[in-house]
Amino acid sequence: MTDSVDVVVVGAGPAGLRAATDLARDHNVLLLERESQAGGIPRHSHHLGYGLRDLGRVMSGPSYARALVDRALAAGVQIRTSAMVTGWAGSHSLHVTSPTGRDRVHARAVLLATGARERPRPARWIAGDRPAGVMTTGQLQQAVYLRHQSVGSTAVILGSELVSWSAVLTLREAGCRPIAMVTTAARPEAYALMGWAGRVAFRLPVLCDTSVVSINGHNRVSGITVRRGGRETTIACDTVITTGDWVPDHELARSRGIGIDASSRAPIADTSLRLTDDGVFGAGNLLHPVDTADVCALDGAHAAGSIRRWLAGDSRNAQAVELRAGEGFAWVAPGRWRPEDAPARDRLLLWPTTVHTFPNIVVRQAGRVISRARVPWPAAPGRMFRLPSSRMAHVRMDDGPVEISLG
Amino acid sequence: MDSAGSRDMIFDCIVVGAGVVGAAIARELSGCSHQGRALNVALVEAREDVGDATSKANTAILHTGFDATPGTMESRLVRRGYHLLLNYALDAGIPVERTGALLVAWTEDERLTLPLLQDKAVSNGYLETSIVNAQEVYARVPSLGPGVLGGLVVPDEFIICPWTTPLAFAHDAIARGAHLHLNTAVTGAKVGPDETVLQTSAGPLRTRWLINAAGLGSDILDSSLGHDRFHLHPRRGQLIVFDKLARSLVDVIVLPVPSKVGKGVLISPTVFGNVMLGPTAEDLTDRSDTATTDEGLAFLRDKGAKILPALLHEEVTAMYAGLRAASDQSDVTVEVNADQRYVVAGGIRSTGLTASMAIAEQVRSLIDANLPLTDRTDLPPTVRMPNIGENELRPFQDESLIAADSAYGEIVCFCERVTRGEIRDALQSHLPARDLDGLRRRTRAQMGRCQGFFCGAEIQAMMDGVE
Repeated sequence: MTDSVDVVVVGAGPAGLRAATDLARDHNVLLLERESQAGGIPRHSHHLGYGLRDLGRVMSGPSYARALVDRALAAGVQIRTSAMVTGWAGSHSLHVTSPTGRDRVHARAVLLATGARERPRPARWIAGDRPAGVMTTGQLQQAVYLRHQSVGSTAVILGSELVSWSAVLTLREAGCRPIAMVTTAARPEAYALMGWAGRVAFRLPVLCDTSVVSINGHNRVSGITVRRGGRETTIACDTVITTGDWVPDHELARSRGIGIDASSRAPIADTSLRLTDDGVFGAGNLLHPVDTADVCALDGAHAAGSIRRWLAGDSRNAQAVELRAGEGFAWVAPGRWRPEDAPARDRLLLWPTTVHTFPNIVVRQAGRVISRARVPWPAAPGRMFRLPSSRMAHVRMDDGPVEISLG
Repeated sequence: MDSAGSRDMIFDCIVVGAGVVGAAIARELSGCSHQGRALNVALVEAREDVGDATSKANTAILHTGFDATPGTMESRLVRRGYHLLLNYALDAGIPVERTGALLVAWTEDERLTLPLLQDKAVSNGYLETSIVNAQEVYARVPSLGPGVLGGLVVPDEFIICPWTTPLAFAHDAIARGAHLHLNTAVTGAKVGPDETVLQTSAGPLRTRWLINAAGLGSDILDSSLGHDRFHLHPRRGQLIVFDKLARSLVDVIVLPVPSKVGKGVLISPTVFGNVMLGPTAEDLTDRSDTATTDEGLAFLRDKGAKILPALLHEEVTAMYAGLRAASDQSDVTVEVNADQRYVVAGGIRSTGLTASMAIAEQVRSLIDANLPLTDRTDLPPTVRMPNIGENELRPFQDESLIAADSAYGEIVCFCERVTRGEIRDALQSHLPARDLDGLRRRTRAQMGRCQGFFCGAEIQAMMDGVE
């Protein structure tokens, strides 16, 4: 069977749902979701904090996911769940497998909103035995909130990003005692805020500057051996949660040769969220692993606007300037600047590698500083750093790449 | 399968060890009859699944045997086993792919070794190798690191699924009437005039013939029967499996030029579409230490970065270690002690997968000399295993299969594209998955890049029988 639609959106998380909702006003939109329900990660993230920037209120993850799905359905989006895109059938055609069969979907424009996942244990090169009881936060949340499975009695959490604290909350909910958080972060003060929150709210020790030597245990985890300052210790536990260290689910983009950022491993987008192939767009944490759900949803809204212009015949292939992450940052998204198209929310997203309380942000092009100023909010690893795009006002189109760094 | 009354029964043959070799032997013997009566065979395994020890962690290559030591039994068994297993794989639906191999010389010494290897291949009866220069090597694998001096092409090496193979043997054996005793560790054997009593963790088992295919434990069982002919120690091989997106970097098995310390580190595509790097070769004493180590992984990382630099930019989806049985004998030990009605197949190295069916044939002929055996004429057809390889259509791609049963259209494990139907089948087969690892080996579920981030909880629910 072949379906023909104006726009096919891959992934029904916040970015895909919002983009599809906006486009469905005046276009035929098909939203494909491989999970059995639409909503994405917020579906199994039960803490508050969702919806602030896009819906103007604070909600839990599941309520937020429901609200986005309801809006999409009301707007006339055709949502197909348990429908997985398994590859490209043409430049704007996709192979889809679902319980109703193996189909082909052809669209005038394709939006990839496939999100990101946490790096699991092997991708972190953690040695040792291979016992049961090691999982990502994503699996933990689904096990606890969607499946009500038991997860163990004592857990060590690897990583100290925002999501790591979500893992702590989820473990508590499941009756599993978090006993330590382990992070390689070299400077303990880097995590001052979170470490403080941890100590006060959870009385949870955060071991900084600590690397994992091995996970131990034959059938079930018996402990984890860590190294700090050349000294190895083994912490007894039956569960290890690998948190954060996000990597985009970029398989569809890569399998057709779309340009990928070497550091974030995300498809390279321009400020209008076009990817390097005509008629293929991206939105959400596929492009910036990871920012909050509401920011992803607003990405979706931004992509919808660009897609609408594309469908209306605006296929101009305007010149774009490459943006590069300099000192203090791992990557910047979007990676291409087009002055006629402001980025989503007028912000550039950067992933910090070091900590600065009031960072001095320097923008350079062709050896010339085009902007230098402090911002009154911190840059810290594990949290997205958002930079107003007004800093790019003096970018020249023909002066080559622009570098953004900590001064 | 296990059945009541096994303890009172006297088996004709008990095979100890349900690795790839033991399962092949059980399959072979259960296809035989003596004086018009089918042999009554049991396959006894200490672990809770078939192929759950050394067999699950090998390099998954079907070897031509080009580099075996000429004139050895191993050389003969590998060469014979190659043809037997290749034919069987096509019959049983075991994933295989003819990628060929390319030995790459990185030093002048290695380059000068290539003609010697070619001569060795000829001595082993394999005539198809060719020596190529550096330019041709890069033409075949453009992503290889700098410094290649030459290579040897071995066009008939295959990659094969190491998990489906012992499972297929065991399925066939069961279909032929063999009894499978899992979770049954052999602790001793007492040879009597007419029967041998095996002491096991699940009680005594009685048999006329005893076949020792106990892998890393085979020398211990052998010595408990009063022999002192080979001694094993575990040689640990750590392996790293890279994401499928790495597969475009290499479509041939890239072998090092072998040295005295072993075959060295290879990079190979897998039938699942991944790329494998390894193994290490560490001589240990602990026969259960299958842990990976920082040192081992760092060693492989360095080797990988030299051989195929771009590989190290891809995500790793699995790391594991297998324990190969390293023998103090230069050849495999496949021998009969007719007075004890006992056959040993021990000291089988990394070639065990390739040689498995030839070893089974050899075991049969050793028994046959004492207990004349004929082929059964009432054999069930060869089992057809679910395809988990990328070379053939997989259920998620199969329109007519999905139309017949929509569960094959419901992808549960996204990374490996494993459907609800396949997981259901693996949990319900005659030899069902009993834990997550068993399910992985049967379906590839949760073997992929997310390692359960998306599907882990759902697969657990399916295994718990909660939907």
